[in-house]
Order: sequence, then C-alpha cells, then structure tokens
Amino acid sequence: MIITRRIATKTLSTLVVLGGSLLAAPAVAQDRTEFNVAWSIYVGWMPWGYADDTGIVDRWADRYGITINVTQFNDYVESINQYTAGGYDAVTVTNMDALSIPAAGGVDTTAVIVGDFSAGNDAVFLKDGESLADIAGRPVNLVEFSVSHYLLARALDSVDLSERDVSVINTADPDMVGAFQTSDVTALVTWNPMVSEIATLPDAVQVFDSSMIPGEIIDLMVANTEVLQENPDFGKALAGIWYETAALMTADTPEGAEARAAMGAASGTDQAGYEAQMAATELFADPSDAVAFTASPEMGSTMDLVRAFLFDKGLLTPGASSFDAIGIALPDDTILGDPENVKFRFTTEFMQMAADDAL
Amino acid sequence: MRLINQRLSRPAILALKLAPFALVIIAYLVGSAVRLADNPADKLLPAFASMADAIDLMAFTADRRTGDYLLWTDTWASLKRLGAGLGISTALALCIGVAIGIFPVARALLGPFIGFVSMVPPLALLPVLFIMLGLGETSKIALIVIGVAPIMIRDLSQRVLDLPREQIVKAETLSASSWLIAWRVVLPQVLPRLLISLRLQLGPAFLFLIAAEAISSDSGLGYRIFLVRRYLSMDIIFPYVAWITFLAATADFGLDRLRRWLFPWSQMEGGT
Repeated sequence: MIITRRIATKTLSTLVVLGGSLLAAPAVAQDRTEFNVAWSIYVGWMPWGYADDTGIVDRWADRYGITINVTQFNDYVESINQYTAGGYDAVTVTNMDALSIPAAGGVDTTAVIVGDFSAGNDAVFLKDGESLADIAGRPVNLVEFSVSHYLLARALDSVDLSERDVSVINTADPDMVGAFQTSDVTALVTWNPMVSEIATLPDAVQVFDSSMIPGEIIDLMVANTEVLQENPDFGKALAGIWYETAALMTADTPEGAEARAAMGAASGTDQAGYEAQMAATELFADPSDAVAFTASPEMGSTMDLVRAFLFDKGLLTPGASSFDAIGIALPDDTILGDPENVKFRFTTEFMQMAADDAL
Repeated sequence: MRLINQRLSRPAILALKLAPFALVIIAYLVGSAVRLADNPADKLLPAFASMADAIDLMAFTADRRTGDYLLWTDTWASLKRLGAGLGISTALALCIGVAIGIFPVARALLGPFIGFVSMVPPLALLPVLFIMLGLGETSKIALIVIGVAPIMIRDLSQRVLDLPREQIVKAETLSASSWLIAWRVVLPQVLPRLLISLRLQLGPAFLFLIAAEAISSDSGLGYRIFLVRRYLSMDIIFPYVAWITFLAATADFGLDRLRRWLFPWSQMEGGT
C-alpha cells in the first residue's frame, strides 16, 4: 500500500508538470523568424490563399529573411479561436469579431491591413414580403452574434423596430441555402456566397443589405500587437503580400482574370461568380485608399456602433459594466473606451509604407 | 505476493478512485494559472472563480433580454427532445424488436432492412432531415430516433432469438398461442434488456441531440455550447459539459435502479 501511494505521488507530480507545460504553450520568443497566418474562405480573404499558392508569400517573406506559414481554415470561428489561444500570429477577421473574440479575450490585436468592406455581401431576405418592415413578428434565421446579427440590428434600427419585434433562431451558415427552402423559414440573414445562391431562389426578396450601411462591416488582417512590435518586418511582409496580390487580382489583364478564376475555383464558384461577389465588396487595392478610409472619422463612429452592439449582447467581456470596458486605439491615437485596457488598435503604418513604396 | 492478489485497504481504494479526478483538476488548475499569469483575460482555461460567475449568470440570473434563466430553459428544451426521441425509440424497439424475434414473417420482412438502416450514419442524413422535416423540433427528434432506434431494435430482436427454444416449445405443449407466448414468455424476459439497451444508447442520443441543436435552434444545451463557442467562452462551456455529463450519469443510474426495482430477478441472471 505504501508502494502504491508512493507511485501515486510520483505519477501525480509528473502529470502536473506535463499538464502545466502542455497547456502553457504560447510564449512569445524574441527574434522570431517564423510566423503563422490563418485565413478562411471569404471573398475578401481569397487573395491570401492565392498569394500562398503562387509564391507571392514566400517572395515577400524571403525579402525580409523570415518564414510565413499560411494555413487555410474551413471554419472561420475556429481560426479566430486558434489565433486567440496563441497558435497563430495573424488571422483574417471582421472588425466586429476582432473586438469580441481576441480583444475581449485579452489578446492585444492590431489591424495591419484594412482589406475591404462589405457593400452587399451581407443581406436580409424575406419570403412573402415587400419591404423590411414586414419582418416584424417573424422568426429570423441567422448565425447569432455574427455580422449577420449586427446587420439585422442595424436594419431593424432603420425602420424603427428592435430585436424584441422578431425572434432570432441560430442557424449554421452552411445550412442557410437549404433552410431557406423549407416552409418554416420566412426571414433570414446571411453572407456571401450564400447570398448570391439565395438571391436566385424564386420566392426570395432581398430587403436590406450591407451596401446600405457602407463601411461598417470591415474585413481585416489582424496580428498580435506584441509580435508585431517586436517584428515589424512581419507587418511589412503582410502589407507587401496583400498589395501585390490585390493589384494583380483587380487588373484588367489576362493575369488578373486568371487570378480571379483561381480564387473563384478555390471558393467553390467560378470567375463570373467571384467577380459578382467582388462587385459587392469595396476592395482597397490601392493602399492610399485604405489609409484614407482607416484614418477617417467614420472609423471611430463605426466602432462606436459595433461596441454598443456587442455590449448590448453581453459579448464585450462577461463583467463589462459599460461599452467602454475595452479600449480601441484609432490611427490618430485617439482612444475609444478604457485607455488603460487598449486591446484593439487600428494603424495605417504598414499600409502607408505600401502607399509610399517604402516596403 | 502477486499483483493480482494484492489486497487494498478501504482508504487506499478510496484514494485510488479519487486520484484520476484529482489529477485532471490539478493539471487544469496549473495550466489555467500559467495562462492567466501571462494574460489575465485569457478565455481558454478560465479560473474556477470565473466559471462560478458564469454558472451564476446562466443558472441564477434572469437573462437581460428574455427574462429566462438560461441554463434551466436550455436543459428543459434539450430534455424534452431527448425524452421524445428516446421514448419513440424504446417503443419502436419493443414492438419491432420482439416481432422480428418471434414472427418469421416480421423477421423476413424487417430483419435485413433494419440491419441495413442501422448502418446509415445518421449525421450524414442531417441536411436531408432538415430539408424534409424543417428546422423545428421534428427533425431533431427524428435524428435521435434514426440514430438510436435501429440499434435498439437489433439488440432486442437478438435477445429474443437467444431465448432457449425449449421454453417456447414447452409453452406450446401447454397449448399457448403465439400471442400468449409473446406476452407471457418472451416479453418479461426481454424487458430488462430493453432498459439496459436504453442505458447504453444515452451517450449516442446526447451526441445526436447536440449535433442537431448546433445546426438550428433557439434553446438547448448543445445550442448554447455552439453559440458561446463563437466567443471562446470556455467559462460557460466547461460547466455546461459537466452538467450534461451529470444529467447523463443520473439518467444512467436511474434506469439501472428502475430495472432492478421492476425486474429484481434480472440481477440474478447476472444481467450486466
């Protein structure tokens, strides 16, 4: 029995050490040369996959003497969670999710590239309805707490309704198109590529979309602030990759068409389908446009709307007493919210370098 | 002394029983402390205190928007689906399973079919179910039934076939009809097995329930886990997982007690 107990103590201590070391994985090393980037399939993020496939990533990484591993995730939320947990240094994410997942999770996050904003990629659909006001009293299928939910809140605002006037049913995004074809679904909010699928269905009426709230749903490439400050070359490489790829894909040349066809194929459609989605996206291929957009006063008011929405849904942080709980730093160094707890930063630093050809 | 003959004192047995639980908790505490020291707002391995806060928020504080106590409405919604799914499955297993076991016509008609159907992976059918039956309660309950009932039917019919043939013949010599044999000879002997079979299907039933709730729902235990997963709220997910485990373990224990109470003899046959 004594033996048993001794073995037990020994096993116990081994396990504790093992458990501790396993769970304490993410540690920021100095002078790193290898960086991990996660991205997921969405019209505004396809360039990252294309840049990886065609060697643009490696070319820019080599220029700065670093290695960048680009990983595609099939599950958007999982990619953000992996970034928040420390497994990745950068991830593609929307402005709202960047605030509510990594920033609210205490991971100081900087938006390195403001890639595009949705101008029609997110939409509200009704059956048997003429206008948005007909949504009152209906169950609405959407991915709860996503940008769709935000779009619905903004849409309801615009016709003096509130979320109390509808009932929200959480529905997984891959099932949206199928769900819309069942009889108990009469109102639905989703994003592309599902939007273009649903728009072709005979009984679908598109009553609201993100082009009516331009510039509020923004697609970003964000990176861990600490990693970025210690390794500015990582940020420069990301900017270099993005603007080279963006210039290529928006060019009216055979190479541009080929890039769009490849990105269309990779996102499950074709060149025409992808170009239709691009038309609903305000893509910043020119870095000076991105700088102007990021530095504009509208960015502050957008983030105000977003953080008010997140606070209202209880998503900012569990114990947040006001929407000021998390600080957001804007490019001109004004801070929204708590200046002692800045976890989300917008910067024009790297995009400006691209605009000045200083990369 | 050989290891197999080792005799343990009561305290030693107790200590060994608790050791794996303690190990898991200690490993968690260490990992959590290390991560929290690095980042006080870390969501991956929250401290027990923040889990307690989350439990308080979910179970004992009315939701700001709806005024409901979320944990209880979620539990009630899930248990209704689970109860309906398992109830239908049990009824089907009893009727079809016994019929396949004793009536040659039923065996020929349904035996191979049920065997075939039980091999269909239910989760792969999920999109079909949602389109055919809609996104409401029906499709969720149907998923549980499709996942659980065929296995229970096969189990029960096999148990009927395993009954000693002599028993049936003996009843026949006493001039019992087919129905009487089914009622008085077969049924009492397979009912305990039905409860055991139901116990074994609790795990799969929860799996199908959570999968269905993850796709489309507005309440339920699986719904909540997949919803807050979006925000990496492990402080809510861990207590929910513990609660589901507790519910399943309680149901398992309860069904076992029910079997012993209803069919005390089944214990003597060593009925697992």
